[in-house]
Amino acid sequence: MARPVQYNTKVKTVEIPEGYSGEGFFATSFDKAIGLARKNSIWPLPFATSCCGIEFMATMASTYDLARFGAERMAFTPRQCDLLMVMGTISKKMGPVLRQVYLQMAEPRWVIAVGACASSGGVFDTYSVLQGIDQVIPVDVYVPGCPPRPEAIIDGFMRIQDLIGQESLRRRHSDKYKELLNSYGIQ
Amino acid sequence: MSLTNDNIKQRLTDKFGEAVSQVEETFGMLNFTVPKDLNLKVMQFLYDDEELQFRFLTDLTAVHYPDRTGEELAVVYHLYNFAQRVRLRMKVYTSVEDPRVFTATRLYESANWMERETYDFFGVNFVGHPNLKRILNVDEMDYFPMRKEFPLEDQSRIDKDDEMFGRGGHIGI
Amino acid sequence: MSEQHNITLPEGSIERVTQTLNLGPTHPATHGVFQNILEIDGERVVSSESTVGYIHRAFEKIAERRPYYQITPLTDRLNYCSSPINNMGWHITVEKLLGIQTPKRVDYLRVIIMELARICDHLICNGVVGVDTGAFTGFLYLMRWRELAYEIYEEICGSRLTTNIGRVGGFERNFTPAAFDKIETFLVEFPKALKEFETLMNRNRIFMERTQGVGPISAERAMNYGFTGPNLRAAGVDYDLRVAHPYSSYEDFEFSIPVGTTGDCYDRFLVRNGEMWESLSIIRQAMDKVKGLPSDVYHADVPAYYLPDKSDVYTKMEALIYHFKIIMGESDILPGELYNAVEGANGELGFYLISDGGRSPYRLHFRRPCFIYYQAYAELIKGAMLSDALICMSSLNLIAGELDA
Repeated sequence: MARPVQYNTKVKTVEIPEGYSGEGFFATSFDKAIGLARKNSIWPLPFATSCCGIEFMATMASTYDLARFGAERMAFTPRQCDLLMVMGTISKKMGPVLRQVYLQMAEPRWVIAVGACASSGGVFDTYSVLQGIDQVIPVDVYVPGCPPRPEAIIDGFMRIQDLIGQESLRRRHSDKYKELLNSYGIQ
Repeated sequence: MSLTNDNIKQRLTDKFGEAVSQVEETFGMLNFTVPKDLNLKVMQFLYDDEELQFRFLTDLTAVHYPDRTGEELAVVYHLYNFAQRVRLRMKVYTSVEDPRVFTATRLYESANWMERETYDFFGVNFVGHPNLKRILNVDEMDYFPMRKEFPLEDQSRIDKDDEMFGRGGHIGI
Repeated sequence: MSEQHNITLPEGSIERVTQTLNLGPTHPATHGVFQNILEIDGERVVSSESTVGYIHRAFEKIAERRPYYQITPLTDRLNYCSSPINNMGWHITVEKLLGIQTPKRVDYLRVIIMELARICDHLICNGVVGVDTGAFTGFLYLMRWRELAYEIYEEICGSRLTTNIGRVGGFERNFTPAAFDKIETFLVEFPKALKEFETLMNRNRIFMERTQGVGPISAERAMNYGFTGPNLRAAGVDYDLRVAHPYSSYEDFEFSIPVGTTGDCYDRFLVRNGEMWESLSIIRQAMDKVKGLPSDVYHADVPAYYLPDKSDVYTKMEALIYHFKIIMGESDILPGELYNAVEGANGELGFYLISDGGRSPYRLHFRRPCFIYYQAYAELIKGAMLSDALICMSSLNLIAGELDA
């Protein structure tokens, strides 16, 4: 049964950063160009433990489609990914595992805490649940919700894109960043 | 002959006599208590008997009654008969100083992890279990969290402001 | 070492030592956080040991602190793919304790929601078995229908995944006409998609070769291991709580129970597909039955446990008093001890509730089917190849939230 073909003619392209353009050249700063490239091709690592993981599956599926934002390849290994998406409750047993996964990621790396349990322990204020993953790893964006709607997850993803686009190239070598990592005990 | 609660009660008291105590029927299910040394014998009897045929262990758990001195921990077995669709609840009491109960793993494979969970939460030591160690909590934990004297929250938190949560205490620590 | 497991090495080969492989908590193929330490001899699994507890959230301890209506959100997070079934199971348990009889319309509406949840859970499980064998298309097609089911939940209770649907005694609001329209759309459109999925997978040669003979279990071993639900039915035992101990007026419906023979992954896949067709038929029957009943009944008449309407609270004295009593937890809960089970998507989900008359339970224990049948995993994959071990795990439908509770 043939379905009618539709051509997507209203494709929204990304705006070019500001810079000097001329006959056959375009000059801008490295930060902007590299930021633009990085933010539109993020490879996330879905670290899905519980219910938020199912909402993530819905975000990845065709209705909400995270692949539009450049996250086509869900690299399931930390060595090859940029963004660690922690979705679901992290218990104290799982904390060291999460830290090991974070340590294996190469710079530049970002972390998004999806859901109330990853942000702050959520509903579960118990002896066995880690009250927020920022107890063990530094987090860039928190997405609240229990579970957050796919639109909210995409919104968090877009905030990460904003962060990446505006990040200075020297950030990972700055003292402030080193101090942040030291406070977590990461060299 | 269909299996009614009275039949089961009759067969149990015929075989074990005085050992079967506190027989009552709650919400259609027969409950009874046996002393902890007899738990395997009773379960084996219920398994082998052609008429009773309780060959499925639905659930195994424990309850902590701190007020019953000498019998604080109750290990509760839920048994099921597929053919006649009858449920049964068997309880075994043990004290908290010496919480040793014989394991049911030789009879029912499903008791393996259920007993590990009961050990993890209540500290009931199942004698003869192949691998009795903690299953759900971290291995280094040194107390049994489901007992009534232990709190729900993690006591080592320093960032929670008890006064804001209405629990008295002091701001910061 | 190899002769124990019928692995024949060629003449003159050196007996190799086995390798320990950690199929760690974070692994793309294990859906949920389970760790398995496998001893493998080449490609074959010699033995394995499972570690669970990576998402232990202490539900049973939390439940001792909360009043009865606040435990429903906890039950949501047990088997989060089909949370309405857990919610309804809890409400039915509390109603049994309190002796509340729900009207027929409430029962039929509950049946519609529970069967819809069962379809959602089986969609994920079968889709994921497909993904693990390499067939990603089926999963993407099916997720679209989960979105329609989510829209139906949103019409009724407001949320998509962790629904907290219903109250003790019924539902919090009547089903809107839009909800019924969406259910009708689902009943018309979804069978076509399910037929498409079955055409893709059921007689697909690659899929059949990958799943037949993988992880078989006999009926006797399955019963000894405490299996219930689709895994037990795939092994040949027709035990279904909806028929054996009917609850929520299931005895008024006509449906059959699909049963397999060998208990391997292919049988489990087919049993779950069959159950989805049966669930569709049950929803159709329930929609017909609901049309014949007066349409303004959506909860039982128990003012002591069911919050009264807000308009009554602001105008009538008794409603105000009941509202206050329920919210402050002063309602009279009878002491008692009760075990009640419902047919969850994975098997017999049981609630063992001991009440001492206070506002929260004295002890609440969840009999979680995933926890009990995961013990058999080591036996199921003994002697199988590594890739078969992963298919076996995904076809068992292990949900981490339910396993660790």
